[in-house]
Amino acid sequence: MAPHRDTPENNLSIPFKFSQQNEKLIQEVLSRYPSQYKKAAVMPLLDLGQRQHGFTSISVMNEVARLLEMPPMRVYEVATFYTMYNRNPVGRFHVQCCTTTPCQLNGSDGIMKAIEEQLGIHHGETTPDKMFTFTEVECLGACANAPMVQINDDYYEDLTPETTKSLLKGLQEAAEKSGASGMAPGLPGDYGKDEVSGSSGRQEKAGGPGYAAQGASLPAPGPMSKRISCEPAHGLTSLTSEPPTGEQIMRKDGAF
Amino acid sequence: MLSVPAKAALRSSATTTSALPKHALRSLTTSAATQAPPQDGQQQKRSMATVQDAPPVHRQRGLKDQDRIFQNLYGHHGTDLKSAQKYGDWHKTKEILDKGHDWLISEVKASGLRGRGGAGFPSGMKWSFMNFKDWEKDTKPRYLVINADEGEPGTCKDREIMRKDPHKLIEGCLIAGRAMNCTAAYIYIRGEFYHEATVLQRAIQEAYKAGLIGKNACNSGYDFDIYVHRGMGAYVCGEETSLIESLEGKPGKPRLKPPFPAAVGLFGCPSTVTNVETVAVAPTIIRRGASWFNSFGRERNAGTKLYCISGHVNSPCTVEEEMSIPLRELIDKHAGGVVGGWDNLKAIIPGGSSTPILPKSICDDQLMDFDALKDSQSGLGTAAVIVMDKSTDVVRAISRLSKFYHHESCGQCTPCREGSKWTEQIMRRFENGTARAREIDMMQELTKQVEGHTICALGEAFAWPIQGLIRHFRPELEARIAAHAQRAGGEALAGGWQHDAGKHGMLISPGQ
Repeated sequence: MAPHRDTPENNLSIPFKFSQQNEKLIQEVLSRYPSQYKKAAVMPLLDLGQRQHGFTSISVMNEVARLLEMPPMRVYEVATFYTMYNRNPVGRFHVQCCTTTPCQLNGSDGIMKAIEEQLGIHHGETTPDKMFTFTEVECLGACANAPMVQINDDYYEDLTPETTKSLLKGLQEAAEKSGASGMAPGLPGDYGKDEVSGSSGRQEKAGGPGYAAQGASLPAPGPMSKRISCEPAHGLTSLTSEPPTGEQIMRKDGAF
Repeated sequence: MLSVPAKAALRSSATTTSALPKHALRSLTTSAATQAPPQDGQQQKRSMATVQDAPPVHRQRGLKDQDRIFQNLYGHHGTDLKSAQKYGDWHKTKEILDKGHDWLISEVKASGLRGRGGAGFPSGMKWSFMNFKDWEKDTKPRYLVINADEGEPGTCKDREIMRKDPHKLIEGCLIAGRAMNCTAAYIYIRGEFYHEATVLQRAIQEAYKAGLIGKNACNSGYDFDIYVHRGMGAYVCGEETSLIESLEGKPGKPRLKPPFPAAVGLFGCPSTVTNVETVAVAPTIIRRGASWFNSFGRERNAGTKLYCISGHVNSPCTVEEEMSIPLRELIDKHAGGVVGGWDNLKAIIPGGSSTPILPKSICDDQLMDFDALKDSQSGLGTAAVIVMDKSTDVVRAISRLSKFYHHESCGQCTPCREGSKWTEQIMRRFENGTARAREIDMMQELTKQVEGHTICALGEAFAWPIQGLIRHFRPELEARIAAHAQRAGGEALAGGWQHDAGKHGMLISPGQ
């Protein structure tokens, strides 16, 4: 809950406009809410602004307030209340390590240490090349796959200190090879671009496919162990038989 | 009511000991009451003369694969519409919708479904609040709000539903919406679940394209829209009124109730907020029949449930099991047992972070349902089982939860805002023993002061784990304080000061 302080990256003289693509998205977002409650769109719009600009700067908030015809203070209230709005610049990779009890029981202390060793920063800091920001966060809701980190939009689960280090190394190398600069706008996740695995029965890691482009390859999000998602690691204990069809399960009392 | 032998004992003791002073009589009668033989082999826990219910009928039959609702829990088939239809979703949905709201609600009532979000309120009754008297004359829109802001530490069930069985949720929205005569549903999904929101959004678009939702949904003549709204990382938005506030574009601070959302909710219109799992199981219940669902678990705790098992077990997992399954069986059967065997168990948090912790002695024969856990002074909550083995620093585990609640308190009402900070500070001192033994009682009193005095349930949520810790692990706290006193040469002063801080020129309040 820090108040806004003008900095070279974040002050009123830096203009912000939504891109044309985002303008279209905004129209779509606004259509979801009743027309007299335009301000309900403040959260999605701030998120869009953050994705375009890299963080939620004061100009992003003011632009959203202008678009939604809200007093700017109402937007500031929202932007300061929710923890996912970064009101200060973050690195290209925002590494968020969960340390709440279920993760803690499964060794998130070791993950925290591994990240600190690999990146050379403590939580709450950004690397000098602006490539990584490291944050300690509260429960991210993947407790059966603890310990885990979230990097931008992707969940990496079932970590050990070794896999954490190799994951971060992979990200570093990928950024170097593709010539990406630090402090870039937050990357949207790429899960949505891929087709769903249809009825082909192809098993895909539930976190989404990995990337491989320009000589850089990244591990797929999801469990870093052999698991697909939240099933028991030592073999399935349920759901081993063919699922019944709609006809088979239908009630027999003649209601339909 | 006291049992018959207890009454007889009471009468006889009253006649023979009439010469004794009153307090002696009281101690005699209470001991007579507690010594009464237990009924039906069930341990008699209540000692007060309240109405004693018969223990609920327990039907456990071992859940078979065909009886599991979430067939795609482990992602064995696709999330698209075709795969979903192949395995029973959207089957005869039109006929279900045509049955009308009264039939749907009576069916849900008969199934005994209780809300899966933690409080366990009977769903059929909750849904019926929307169809109040003369609701047809009200021209306002009516909303169904799905609470997918899953943030309770230990809980990871709604995420699995949304990313693997999104069509179950969408169909559930339509059917629940029909039962409550809603015009639209908003699914409030937590912001961190980006991929889950993507999968869900795509499933919604598929359903729109196939004419299953939208105008004239499933050709039933009923119009119903579904929208996804992403939260932005606030645990407190899982509370229904703060979720509504957040959806309206405000900071997620809970509202005072009444008015309840069924009267004045989202955008000032009648609304109902329900958990993802509750809604997602509804189509299957109606398709298979209420009696099918009601045949699992104990009376008043019917059905199947997703359990999330995390912590010190050999293979943590999320699994669908019947209600009222013994805790030990659940862990041994699906999670590969406690690390190092059942005897290595220290404690279990049975229902997500806000339910009080249970020591091994209670876990040995604990049933996993709303009533049994309530009798053990804990709760089923979201059925997120957090297992801790003997190597666990249980004080640290609870202290971390206190930090969580301090971080997540919205700051609107004083008992929670200040209380969560104080409890976090004291818990941190308990962790390394820089406290006084009497501070344990202070802590107990502090949490009792918060409980019930806050706008939303976050006050209870951070008070209960601490009360559970004090109830069951008080010797551990005392030992830690004593160990520190021995190390430092004297018991720490209240507030965490070392015993000789005054001598080192620090300003310690008098009376220490």
